[in-house]
Amino acid sequence: MSTPIQIVPGTRTPKKPPQVQKEDSMWLQKELINGNYHELATAHEMNRKVSATFVPGNLNELLMCFNFARSLPETNALQNGMRKKSGKMIMDAERDGHSEDVCTYVKADLGMMLQGQVGPTGEALPTPDVLLLSYTGCFTFMKWFELIRQKYNCETVMLHVPYQGDGKISKNMRDYVLKQLKEKVIPTLEKVSGVKFDIDLLRQYMRESAKAEEDLVWTLQSAKHKPSPIDGYFGAVYYIGPIFTAFRGTPEATKFYSVLRSEIAQRIREGKGPVTPEGEHPGEKYRLVVEGPPNWTSFREFWKMFYDEGAVVVASTYAKVGGVYDFGFRHDPEHPLESLAEYCLGCYTNLNFPQRIDMICKYIDEYQADGLLINSIKSCNSFSAGQLLILREVEKRTGKPAAFIESDLVDPRYFSAANIKNRLESYFQMVKQKRTATAAH
Amino acid sequence: MRCFIGIDLGSTTTKAVVIDEQHRILGRGITNSRSNYDTAATVAKQEALLSARFHLFREALGTSGALNGGLDEFVGQLERDFRLEQFLVQLADLEQVCAKSVATARFGEAEKAVSTALGAVFARLRQEAPELFAPGAKRKSDFFRDIAGSRYLAIGEEVAKDSGLRYDFLLNVFDRSIIEVENRVYLDSLAPHLLAALKRTFKALPETAARGEAVRAPIQGVLDMPLEEAYVVGTGYGRARLPFSKEHVRSEILCHGLGAHVMYPHTATVLDIGGQDTKAIQVDPQGIVESFQMNDRCAAGCGRYLGYIADEMNMGLHELGPLAMKSTKMVRINSTCTVFAGAELRDRLSLGEKREDIMAGLHRAIILRAMSILARSGGVRNEFTFTGGVAKNEAAVKSLTELIAENYGKVTLNIDPDSIYTGALGGATFAWRAVMEEGKAIEKREAA
Amino acid sequence: MNTQEIIARCEHLFEDLRFGAVKDWKAAKPGRKAIGYMPIYVPREIIHAAGMLPVGIFGGGDQLEVIQGDAYYQSYICRIPRSTIELGLTGRLDCLDGMLFPSICDVIRNLSGMWQIMFKDKYVKYFDVPQNYDDAIGGEFYVHEMQLLREDLGKLAGRPVTDQALRASIAVYNENRQAVRDLYAYRAAKPWQAPTSELYLVLRAGCVLPPEEHTALVRSYLSEAAKETRPQRDNARVVLTGSFCEQPPLSLIKSIEMAGCYVVDDDFQLIQSWLLDEVPVTGNPLEELSKAFLHHSTSTSSKYDEKKEDKGKFLLRQVKERGAEGVVFAAPSFCDPALLERPMLQEILARHKVPYTAFKYSENTGQMAPIREQAGTFADSIKLWSAA
Ligand code: SF4
Ligand code: SF4
Repeated sequence: MSTPIQIVPGTRTPKKPPQVQKEDSMWLQKELINGNYHELATAHEMNRKVSATFVPGNLNELLMCFNFARSLPETNALQNGMRKKSGKMIMDAERDGHSEDVCTYVKADLGMMLQGQVGPTGEALPTPDVLLLSYTGCFTFMKWFELIRQKYNCETVMLHVPYQGDGKISKNMRDYVLKQLKEKVIPTLEKVSGVKFDIDLLRQYMRESAKAEEDLVWTLQSAKHKPSPIDGYFGAVYYIGPIFTAFRGTPEATKFYSVLRSEIAQRIREGKGPVTPEGEHPGEKYRLVVEGPPNWTSFREFWKMFYDEGAVVVASTYAKVGGVYDFGFRHDPEHPLESLAEYCLGCYTNLNFPQRIDMICKYIDEYQADGLLINSIKSCNSFSAGQLLILREVEKRTGKPAAFIESDLVDPRYFSAANIKNRLESYFQMVKQKRTATAAH
Repeated sequence: MRCFIGIDLGSTTTKAVVIDEQHRILGRGITNSRSNYDTAATVAKQEALLSARFHLFREALGTSGALNGGLDEFVGQLERDFRLEQFLVQLADLEQVCAKSVATARFGEAEKAVSTALGAVFARLRQEAPELFAPGAKRKSDFFRDIAGSRYLAIGEEVAKDSGLRYDFLLNVFDRSIIEVENRVYLDSLAPHLLAALKRTFKALPETAARGEAVRAPIQGVLDMPLEEAYVVGTGYGRARLPFSKEHVRSEILCHGLGAHVMYPHTATVLDIGGQDTKAIQVDPQGIVESFQMNDRCAAGCGRYLGYIADEMNMGLHELGPLAMKSTKMVRINSTCTVFAGAELRDRLSLGEKREDIMAGLHRAIILRAMSILARSGGVRNEFTFTGGVAKNEAAVKSLTELIAENYGKVTLNIDPDSIYTGALGGATFAWRAVMEEGKAIEKREAA
Repeated sequence: MNTQEIIARCEHLFEDLRFGAVKDWKAAKPGRKAIGYMPIYVPREIIHAAGMLPVGIFGGGDQLEVIQGDAYYQSYICRIPRSTIELGLTGRLDCLDGMLFPSICDVIRNLSGMWQIMFKDKYVKYFDVPQNYDDAIGGEFYVHEMQLLREDLGKLAGRPVTDQALRASIAVYNENRQAVRDLYAYRAAKPWQAPTSELYLVLRAGCVLPPEEHTALVRSYLSEAAKETRPQRDNARVVLTGSFCEQPPLSLIKSIEMAGCYVVDDDFQLIQSWLLDEVPVTGNPLEELSKAFLHHSTSTSSKYDEKKEDKGKFLLRQVKERGAEGVVFAAPSFCDPALLERPMLQEILARHKVPYTAFKYSENTGQMAPIREQAGTFADSIKLWSAA
């Protein structure tokens, strides 16, 4: 999910360094993320244990209770993608016997290990002491950690989070997760870390989480303004960074979100649109909802295709992968373990299709969007399998046009700029033409 | 007279359409897309304007009644003569450029021999040129590069053999020269060429020469009338490379939808299968695009696939359809993957399947892919318009007709023989609307 | 019926994409219902105990033209969901009153929700199974999930599913599983007598026949096949793995055999041999089913291996017990579970010096030449190896 700042260092040429626009919150975030990589690099020296876990349904507050240095392999992969290092990693993994058909996050991670585990910032990443297999919303997660376990012999603990096949969280599902937390996850984390579990510490972290979550939701919902002061997809990638990764529950994250909130409030007062890497947005012409993760290897080029045409993404499902907060869920210090269970069960990719479609239709309505754009990611069956039905249903229910493009997360071989640009342009012109037509008739 | 022009810059050919204020199609032009998109666009536009002139000649001569009965024959002859004139000018140009190329090619000892051979080749080319443009003569292509190229190579081989010169020297000269000539735009050459052509035509059709002035006057009238480019809209895959401002560029999806609507006003669904992509478009009763889908990253099932098959079978692209039509028992082909096309084909042949049956299966497989893209875009609604290069292939049309009937019942299927101009026609219509309905004026090119 | 007749019948059932057998079964008694299930595992006992016919849906094979189904999927997704949607949208699955989508991968998981949207008048359920194997944790969860299914089907049937009915159904399936186990054992012993192309068809008949009838069919095939005298060849004995969901076309199975391989174990129809032992017919039936699932069931990619040491154990045992000389990894293109698992299993095989080869297919693969070549080379190399 996130670090912003060196968005694509690869495009920097000595001749003409592009002026990347940053705000205070962005500097703060850069510090956070680099700090975390440094913490990871020095953890074993400092006698700290290292955990690895996945973004959707991550139990960051719980891991903090055991003083783990926290690594998130998806984030490592995307950081490597943004820094244009992932292509080689993926090819190395494929040469090592991994199929060209499977998720490139996994291959980028395994490829990074083959290259000596040098992390995105250049510091070496340690071998994790525990793999917390939070098995939420994606079947690939299980194979991913089994692969790492086989290679590095790490202690692994499974937290199986059942899918919301019926579109709701039943008591049985909640009890099941809760029991695993109490009887499997916590004892394993205690054993590996040597730290006794303290539920009051967990409550304390959760109070921080809830505060930050409040500000995050406010920020994401600010896009309901016209013009929207933020971009709810490309921009939101930076906003969700800390809270979806190793920082939720830390006071630093809370601070980040309150700074962010006041920055956005200021933009609203000034009637400004989103900030883009090249400065102020040229003016909002199209408001879109986007489904699916972005492409990281050409992130900036991809984003530019939007703002060049005057498009602003007002809401995205991707900004909910690490937790769906905008319908009221908050981490609850009064019921810490129960709310962790609820959190895992409620992740976006753990929702069933009718729920996903409802959510998108609601966004289109509440954020007054012109239509839906689906960025379908080759790697990710969890997101992508069946997205064309989403497209059709959303069109049918909202009457708004939808478009479909394809790319990949961190595999540069699957980003065809000309192709995507062609479709986007056609889509924007179609929206525009329809608008004039409706106005005329 | 005010003209509205649409230019469709495709990956292999560039098309242009000219319409007038009454929204009548005056002319169409086509050329091969070259590395230089700007030239391709200019040439296609000139070709379209030229064909507009001929359209106007025919109209003027028709109303004047000067040729009553012999009109078609006359205009046909005039056009061929005009093409011949053009061809000769380009040929002369090519000869000069070739001569320059020889001087810089470092042929050493052989330089002189090459020059002599070139002289011989061009003499023969010039000599046989009128045959190439004789009535009923078949040309594989109308592009200078193709006509001159194929004859140059054939004659060159003979000349080289006779004179004991290395054939590849001549090839080398041609390759280094053709691009320069191809990218040259012959502006302002219309009137002199046409008048020269008219002389030839009078010679070929002596009875018309008798009515000399009555024929010449209306033609001169048309020639004297400026065709003003009131508004130009560019589209197609290469549109981003056109030196036009955004205002003058539309996506090919929009143009295609509108073009199909103009050709068949009741069109609701459009399918276009071109070389590189397949598009399914739904349009409303005004020709406005409601939704569209294109093939995904994978090019399986596009026209290109047929190209691979043709190469694999050592056949011409246009021969595939007729072969498939001979099939009595279709073979089921499951993969339209371009990468495996050859392997699948050989596999089938080795199993003893008949070529025509395999061909029938291949055509159906391509159309099956298109059916999926259609389904994705919202299905097939009445009326249904099929465009693009593959729409000329009878076996593909047959499969499509069957599959549509099976899946969507009775639907009117429209296929225009000029359907490759659909996108350009849509572009021209956008240009027309911009001026006639929205009151826009053309921008200066410098502003772009 | 002799062997040829049995196989002809099975082949007919296999090719009938309009599910005539299911329709006939339903028509025989008014009010009968049928419930479809996709790979990989559901407790069919519950469906059976509700008086319904469990019907295995394994895609559309290589004879189905997929038009509408393709409209829902990108080129980088496997084929089984497309052909399954095609079956649904063309009315071929109208004979089913419900569909179960087991927990196997994200594609089938998402398909469950798509089915809810596309077939609103049918019973649709995503059926989750535990990845935690403690009776008190995963077991409890699983019993609840089964209970839910039992209640839903009871409602659909118009009468509750009793414990007694469940026990009876467990007994029926115990017999079916025993027959299937015998079939596998027989093939491993005499693969020339029961070629895999035949075994496969006999198994596939189990997708549409009531279990009692299928058990009888397996038994009669076993006794008829024993009467044949078929030539024994000098083939390499291989375990085929990775084909647990989207199925290879029959011609592919034949090609592997023709190329010189005897398949002595496989994972084509895992549901029929998922539970490895007899399930007790006394006690609480759902708890017994749960225990069997947690402690005595097969191992496959969609199931978590609790410990590192567990990975590959099952495959190695298959190799050893069936006397196999190598492993063929045959996975559907774009099948995440099979393809992500593969390198782990390969590493373990390499460590145990078991040779292997790997390729991908799709249910409508038409090109057999490369597969024949690969399987043939593999068989030859195995023979060279053992000769050396
Ligand atoms: S499949 Fe999707 S959700 Fe799963 S690891 Fe890959 S990118 Fe993440
Ligand atoms: S073939 Fe593999 S990826 Fe496809 S649905 Fe089956 S298990 Fe999932």
